[in-house]
Amino acid sequence: MSIILNNISKSYNKVKTVDDISFDVKPGELFGLIGPDGAGKTTLFRILTTLLIQDKGNATVAGYDVLKQYKDIRNHVGYMPGRFSLYQDLTVEENLNFFATIFGTTIAENYDLIKDIYVQLEPFKDRRAGKLSGGMKQKLALCCALIHKPKVLFLDEPTTGVDPVSRKEFWEMLKRLQQKDITILVSTPYMDEAELCDRIALITNGKILQINTPRAIIASFPKKIFKVRSSNTYKLIEDLRIYPDIHSAYPFGEYLHFTPKSEAFRPMDLTRYLEERQHRDIEVKETVATIEDTFMDLSKVNE
Amino acid sequence: MNRFIGFIKKEFYHILRDRRSLFILFGMPIVQVMLFGFAITNEINNVDIAILDHSKDVNTKEIINKIATSKYFSIKGFISHEDEIEPTFRKGKIKAVLNFEKDFSKNLVTQKKATVQILTDATDPNTANTISNYIGSILQNYQQELNQGLNLPYQIIPKTRMVFNPELKSVYMFVPGVMTIILMLVSAMMTSISITKEKELGTMEILLVSPLNPFQVIVGKVVPYILLSIINAVVIILLSIFVFKMPVQGSLFLLGAESTLFIINALSLGILISTIAATQQAAMMTSLMGLMLPVILLSGFIFPISSMPLPLQMISNIIPAKWFIIIIKGIMLKGVGLAYVWKETVILIGMTIFFIGLSVKKYKIRLE
Amino acid sequence: MTKDNMIQVENLTKMFGDFTAVNNISFEVGKGEVFGFLGANGAGKTTAMKMLIGISEPSHGNATVAGYNVLTQAEQVKKNIGYMSQRFSLYNDLTIKENIVFFGGIYGLSSADIKEKSQAMINELGLHDMADSLVGSLPLGWKQKVAFSVALLHNPKIVFLDEPTGGVDPITRRQFWEMIYKQANRGVTIFVTTHYMDEAEYCDRVSIMVAGKIEALDTPKNLKHQFQVDSMNQVFLKLARNIE
Repeated sequence: MSIILNNISKSYNKVKTVDDISFDVKPGELFGLIGPDGAGKTTLFRILTTLLIQDKGNATVAGYDVLKQYKDIRNHVGYMPGRFSLYQDLTVEENLNFFATIFGTTIAENYDLIKDIYVQLEPFKDRRAGKLSGGMKQKLALCCALIHKPKVLFLDEPTTGVDPVSRKEFWEMLKRLQQKDITILVSTPYMDEAELCDRIALITNGKILQINTPRAIIASFPKKIFKVRSSNTYKLIEDLRIYPDIHSAYPFGEYLHFTPKSEAFRPMDLTRYLEERQHRDIEVKETVATIEDTFMDLSKVNE
Repeated sequence: MNRFIGFIKKEFYHILRDRRSLFILFGMPIVQVMLFGFAITNEINNVDIAILDHSKDVNTKEIINKIATSKYFSIKGFISHEDEIEPTFRKGKIKAVLNFEKDFSKNLVTQKKATVQILTDATDPNTANTISNYIGSILQNYQQELNQGLNLPYQIIPKTRMVFNPELKSVYMFVPGVMTIILMLVSAMMTSISITKEKELGTMEILLVSPLNPFQVIVGKVVPYILLSIINAVVIILLSIFVFKMPVQGSLFLLGAESTLFIINALSLGILISTIAATQQAAMMTSLMGLMLPVILLSGFIFPISSMPLPLQMISNIIPAKWFIIIIKGIMLKGVGLAYVWKETVILIGMTIFFIGLSVKKYKIRLE
Repeated sequence: MTKDNMIQVENLTKMFGDFTAVNNISFEVGKGEVFGFLGANGAGKTTAMKMLIGISEPSHGNATVAGYNVLTQAEQVKKNIGYMSQRFSLYNDLTIKENIVFFGGIYGLSSADIKEKSQAMINELGLHDMADSLVGSLPLGWKQKVAFSVALLHNPKIVFLDEPTGGVDPITRRQFWEMIYKQANRGVTIFVTTHYMDEAEYCDRVSIMVAGKIEALDTPKNLKHQFQVDSMNQVFLKLARNIE
């Protein structure tokens, strides 16, 4: 196993930010920690990268204990913190050079690893990092975290605040890195990114809701789910909320995702109900759950 | 070693690319020294003086005449009694009083020497010093004229006395103070800011999660500033020699060595601050309030320690700058060697070791 | 220009030296509309928004917000809009109540008015237990909900929301959008930026900025039809890729 966590807990001011978390990440796996801000993702990353000491439990990374062998871990992991931690006043090349030297290597030595990513940066290699766009900064930060050919790569919210285009490219890069035998632990608040991971852990309020492959997690959604729309979305939400046979209704893109309480629910009944309430262009269709549906359902149960 | 050099190279990029830190590093020392340099100009013009002539003979007349015709002085009154000297000064216009002894000419002829007292208002010590120098040289000239063709020369002895500020805090005293402040500022403040900057940017997290050990990070941060501070010290000494015309009496090597010691002391304080402060702003405030103010107020730079209340005197003992000022005053002004300042040096070394030890102990290898 | 247009933008341009951050954009937003203002990082969204809220001067062109010219009547503009950004919205070291009082005061509300409104807000958000706790101790989602309510304190005609839901958990994110709908239903115009493409679908109309220009502007439905894809995410990707 590349990463093992056993009953890790950590509190700040009596608030449990990480509450008894255990999971394993296999070598070469792309593992996603999916959860909103404040779920405890960053704390978990910091414990695994030896920056924080857990209150309880133990963990190993690449076979090294996070407490006793923290120096070994520091030699073998790459870490990209939440904010793109680059030296804004150094150029692209200088940043990369610097991180290469402090890890006792050179750009040339591991160039094949970062080549794919770096070619996109190369035209700007004399530009200062502070003057790069968000997407470019993200790519540079990734190069810097990779330059010493780490065994395990920790990426804490690498796509937060980055536009969808750059996000997509970034995930494509991660997929390619995975081919090169690097274990990747990545966190993200964007649920749609979860499906790109091999396995994911849904996390909220310091607790893990579920760990599995994205497909299995979706399949585990216990209820039927319907997408509903009408001409007036706001009124639709209000009317659905007072519909007797409702479990939940959430906006989902142009539709609302509606889950009924009873097994006996029939879409026609809902359509008729909405018609009575003067909705036009009504559409009620069964659909498949997404990770986000599952996440919301699980966190609702947990409350 | 490569890692280390890479680190230092990076540090220099930061320094050279940030206009603000460049200004603090190199602009400030020059501005400060020039400021003092101008405040301490050696030129004087038309200074008002008064005469108290107890003999009123040929020689005193001639001397008074010479002084009156020089462009430096204008004689604004004659007084007839010692009691009038202080009230004259108090009025504030008269900066110096020339007091010729009784029987000036007679003494010159019979005893071959005569005395004139130069009293200056030393509330402005700089001017007072310059005035007495100028009058001294006029007297010297006159004496040379008198002595032409004489076998046994006459001697006019000027006796200088400072009124109001008898200790005469000479401007030269300020050079060591200014140097201390600048070294403290550059070394402590700049290092603490540069370390906290990494914390703010989040790059410190990456440095921690790298094989660099904390000691390497600290030393890597500090080395560039040691070099820059030494350059600074050299600039200040050169400027004070050429702008202040201030002779350095003692060994330049010793001066350099003691300055380096003080720089390291200040740097270790800077590191200590950065282990406590989380942001650049906090580091700056702590450096200013915690280091600069005590250096300015309690080191003896401006206010003599001997005239402070006892508690403050005791506090001044824990301020490294106090000991450094004693050391460099000794070296620069009195020309003493290590034999005279070894005690202060030992204290400074002790403090430095203490601060380094404390900051290494406080330096966190993790985030909390 | 119809009377109902709350935002009217004509050939708005902002240059920084040689660089054109916002390049000749024109659009209008109607009363009560939820207008999604999308674009990649660095496409010029923030710059454009700053001009609309009257804190940055346009280099060329013209814009009116709530009927006031952003260049000549910036003060009037500011009185009639609410603004909330992801980076700064509330003071973390003040309690919820203190924040409300402070921001109410800034907009010149009477203390009776503030009292009444803060009570209403606390009731509506169900914050009774938290009204006296520091904003910094709230979960992000709650903070953003409070910030949105605070931005509405002075009954602005338009609210500008700059990535209001970044990092917020899915449930709270949706509650946030329900608040947005509610206000839009009351006739408040909403101008919102986001990186969540599902949220783009919630908007009445969406504009997509690429490299300083508005490259697409329509209802989500029409945009999807135009690009022959079935989600806004794909519209976005297609558009940004094509331009590059």
